[in-house]
Amino acid sequence: MNWRSIYRHPGLAIGLTATVLFALLALLSLVWTPYPIADISIARRFATPGPEHWLGTDQLGRDMLSLIMSGTLTSFTVGAMAVLIGAGIGVPLGLAAAIYGGPVEWVVLRFSDLAFAFPAVVIAILIATLMGPGASNAVIAIGIFNVPVFAQVARGGALAISTLDFVAAARLAGLSRPMIAVRHLLPNIASLIIVQGTIQLSLGILAEAGLSYIGLGTQPPATSLGLMLRDAQSLFLIHPWLSLAPGLAIVVIVIALNIAGDGLRDALDPRLRNRGLTNVAG
Amino acid sequence: MGVLPQMTLYILRRIFGFLVTLLIAAAVIFLLLDLLPGDPARFILGINATPESVAALRLQMGLDDPAIVRFSNWLFGMLRGDFGLSQTQKLPVAGLIADRMAVTLPLTIFAMVISTVIGLPLGILAARHRGKLVDTALMVLAQTGVAIPNFWFGMLLTLLFAVTLRWLPPGGFTPWHEDASASLRGLVLPSLALALPQAAILARVMRTALVDVSSQDFIRTARAKGMTFGEALWRHGVRNALLPVLTILGLQFAFLIAGTIIVENVFYLPGLGRLIYTAISERDLVLVRSATIILVLAVTFTMLVVDIAYGLVDPRLRERRV
Amino acid sequence: MSLVDINGLTISFGGKPAVSDLSLTINKGDRFGIIGESGSGKSLTALAITGLLPENAEVSGTIRFDGAPLPQDEKAMAHLRGQRIGVVFQEPMTALNPLMRVGDQIEEAVKLTGQDGDVASLLEEVGLEARHAERFPHQLSGGQRQRVMIAMALASAPDLMIADEPTSALDVITQRVVLDLIRDICNRRQMTLIFISHDMRAVAALCDRIAVLRGGKLVESGSVKEVLSQPGEDYTRKLVAATRMAPRQGEPHVTDKTLLEVDHLTRAFSQGGFWRWGRQPLLAVNDVSLSVSAGECVAIVGPSGCGKTTLARMIVGLDSATSGQMRFEGTAYRGGDLPSARRADLSLVFQDPFGSFNPRLSIARSLGEPLRLIPGLDPAQHEQRLVEAIESVGLDRAMLSRFPHEFSGGQRQRLAIARALVTRPSLVVLDEPVSALDVSVRGDVLDLLAQLQNQFGLTYIIISHDLDMVAAMADRVLVMEAGKIVEEGKPDALFAAPQHRLTKALMAARLPDIAA
Repeated sequence: MNWRSIYRHPGLAIGLTATVLFALLALLSLVWTPYPIADISIARRFATPGPEHWLGTDQLGRDMLSLIMSGTLTSFTVGAMAVLIGAGIGVPLGLAAAIYGGPVEWVVLRFSDLAFAFPAVVIAILIATLMGPGASNAVIAIGIFNVPVFAQVARGGALAISTLDFVAAARLAGLSRPMIAVRHLLPNIASLIIVQGTIQLSLGILAEAGLSYIGLGTQPPATSLGLMLRDAQSLFLIHPWLSLAPGLAIVVIVIALNIAGDGLRDALDPRLRNRGLTNVAG
Repeated sequence: MGVLPQMTLYILRRIFGFLVTLLIAAAVIFLLLDLLPGDPARFILGINATPESVAALRLQMGLDDPAIVRFSNWLFGMLRGDFGLSQTQKLPVAGLIADRMAVTLPLTIFAMVISTVIGLPLGILAARHRGKLVDTALMVLAQTGVAIPNFWFGMLLTLLFAVTLRWLPPGGFTPWHEDASASLRGLVLPSLALALPQAAILARVMRTALVDVSSQDFIRTARAKGMTFGEALWRHGVRNALLPVLTILGLQFAFLIAGTIIVENVFYLPGLGRLIYTAISERDLVLVRSATIILVLAVTFTMLVVDIAYGLVDPRLRERRV
Repeated sequence: MSLVDINGLTISFGGKPAVSDLSLTINKGDRFGIIGESGSGKSLTALAITGLLPENAEVSGTIRFDGAPLPQDEKAMAHLRGQRIGVVFQEPMTALNPLMRVGDQIEEAVKLTGQDGDVASLLEEVGLEARHAERFPHQLSGGQRQRVMIAMALASAPDLMIADEPTSALDVITQRVVLDLIRDICNRRQMTLIFISHDMRAVAALCDRIAVLRGGKLVESGSVKEVLSQPGEDYTRKLVAATRMAPRQGEPHVTDKTLLEVDHLTRAFSQGGFWRWGRQPLLAVNDVSLSVSAGECVAIVGPSGCGKTTLARMIVGLDSATSGQMRFEGTAYRGGDLPSARRADLSLVFQDPFGSFNPRLSIARSLGEPLRLIPGLDPAQHEQRLVEAIESVGLDRAMLSRFPHEFSGGQRQRLAIARALVTRPSLVVLDEPVSALDVSVRGDVLDLLAQLQNQFGLTYIIISHDLDMVAAMADRVLVMEAGKIVEEGKPDALFAAPQHRLTKALMAARLPDIAA
């Protein structure tokens, strides 16, 4: 049955390649876009895709390709920073819960319950009320939402690993709990965290789009894919293209990330490999 | 022990946990919206407000009481159905929110039901035929569905069904008491926009859970008893696979509520979302406070229902002592 | 007349054969044992007969059941299983649906046969009571669950029962009871049995014909009497020899010096937290006192859950006593508070050689980990210690740079012993040191342990349930039950004339030796 491995790794390759291409396109917008994104020209607004403007222009005559490149950068940045916040706080919390147990674990679990009670949009509402809307608002909201997700993944993985004898052996060898967490637990749950990271990145990009769309995320003159859809909202019945292009960009990026994530999970996590053989060993 | 049946005890424990989480969540919201701004009255009125108007608002909001008194007044007020007075609209918040919930709540529930009814059977179908064409086709479809932002999907649905085919209204909402069937028609596209991406997630989760279960020993036992793989999966697999799916269903509800707030925007629905945007731009702290606690309540309550459902499905859980 | 006729059976995964060109004939009324170690293909063979192989298995060759080839159609094959073949699997916990009452699971099997039969009489036949039908699998003991499995297998009054390692997940006493149950049922029902096991003595006690498999190939087959008394192949001879444990105590080595003293040690686990106040705590170790002399080999035996592992964990400092204390060469401690300066003198060898090494660390880093207990070693000394340790267990120093997955189970257990010795301890606690290993390598590991004890003057505490191994290794045996030591003595005397009920039960559960 080699078709599976052939099928799997192309998935990973295609997903990663597409993700990297979009990321490069996004980074390129930092130094170069076909047209400056702030370049407003009523004369050439609502241009259809053509040789001059590959993806046409919007209601202000801005080049759609340039906007999408720049918007992709915002989406990736917000999603990635939210993942960093989530993993940066969540993974240590989850590990602490797993290695200390007792009251530490109780606090982390209750905190997790509490954080799950606040969907990202509710956190964004609270922050927007206090500080006004903005892209950093979206980062914090999505980041906080990511924290319990990573905490649970890290705790679950670490608990499974810590029942293994090599952890007891490390305790016998006099390693402290934090040292065991760093030396023995973290490397063995790294694949779980990476896979979860790609999932949360794609969810974060979707969430950023949603928040920007309702005006709680990225604010003009900056742009993001969600903000482009917000701008298109009042016009899309007459000019559907304005909503199709950024929407498709989101869909393709998220699909690429998900395919890469699925591929990574299969490639990195040996527990999921050779599943069919596990119950007939012997 | 043995005085109370295990299931009752289990449910009581869950309800206790639910109340604790809710209380802490309320405290967090209170802390953010009532204490963090310093003087909420000045925050609401802005820098240019006269000291007299600030003092008047402080009095009206009871801000001269200590924080703990204000917090408990808020909590006990809510228990009586009194959510306070919106400062910008000068109307009871409870009434404002109730009006909007008449749109948001049915929308969320429709979306939940539609996504479950579509997602779970498709997931089972894919797992039953895993590796075959049906499975591949369904999972490609699901992979796409998962990636589609629901509000953008709403735009696409509007273009197709409202603009091109003219089957359904493109947006707006007829109040229930005027013409209930028109109200329902107004919710069809928003429900679908919310439900289909969620259905894709559910189908994937259901499939994964069932594929996991299908490699377990008791499925082999069922086949050894004389069942085909399909029969064993149906009779023994689905119920076991429902456990992880239930967790996701609970989380889904949180996503759906968030999605509702966003999708309302596409269809110009007078739901909770629009009330909140206005409240944010007008710095109506009392309204935001109450709207957020309602959302948190909805999410937490769903988690409670999921936990109880878990206990009903899994006899082992009822006995575990934590 | 043959019931199952296997001809040229080959089963491969991804092109790698797991069973190759296997031919066997099982006659009606046979009690046929298939014996082999891990990777021998014995379970796959059983699954092939029942048509339950995983989907990605590539199969060639023929299997005929009662003269007809196995049906290709899934429904017909399922029908054949339901009507004529009963299967009992190894792990009774996972083999039962956790969400369904066991009575309903048995009833389902009865309904699928389409014949008459009732759950109550099946339960009675396997020695369970009617009330057990109302339970969920997790509310039954391992032995009871296995009885439920057997009842399900009997629901159709099958012509053939296949039992795949039916007792290896059970504890010693229950193992014997379940084996006897299977034998009685086969006698009563005149049923053909295929019994798959790694345990030579279980096969000898239960079967009349035997096939020995190794690496997917048939080594030899024939009547149990012939094959076991005059094995035609070296491999069979080795397996038979492994069932007889030669004494390994060697010359007298026990000194008068007391190394470890355990004084009224108790470990209580509170049951449940916040919600079940007022519950009695579980006493895993209950007021245990013992002492171990330098150079001695003391064994602690008992059924699973008797507290022997908890006791071992406290001695090495992985867990702490609730009350009482221990003294190790004069240092008093309760477990976790053992000063790190003393930890180098104490070490533990774990049961499972696959879980005891971090897959991400090289062997050198894993073996070197305990050396942090010895301050002031320079890199050259550190390296020297690693080399000494790995060579003392008979492995090559070049292996230090490899990773755990490159080693077999037996080699990993040697590495685990090397890690335990790297700090040059005086006391080594061995927790079931060979029970996770294949039968044919157990002897080698025990020889190594005995040799190391002589060479370095080590003191051993062996935790085990295996009376034969204990008799071969230990100078003194302590029998534990429900947290207490119930009997103590030298192995010869103790096993010849057991006094306590538990020791008697353990002795009675011992399967007879294979007649030479």
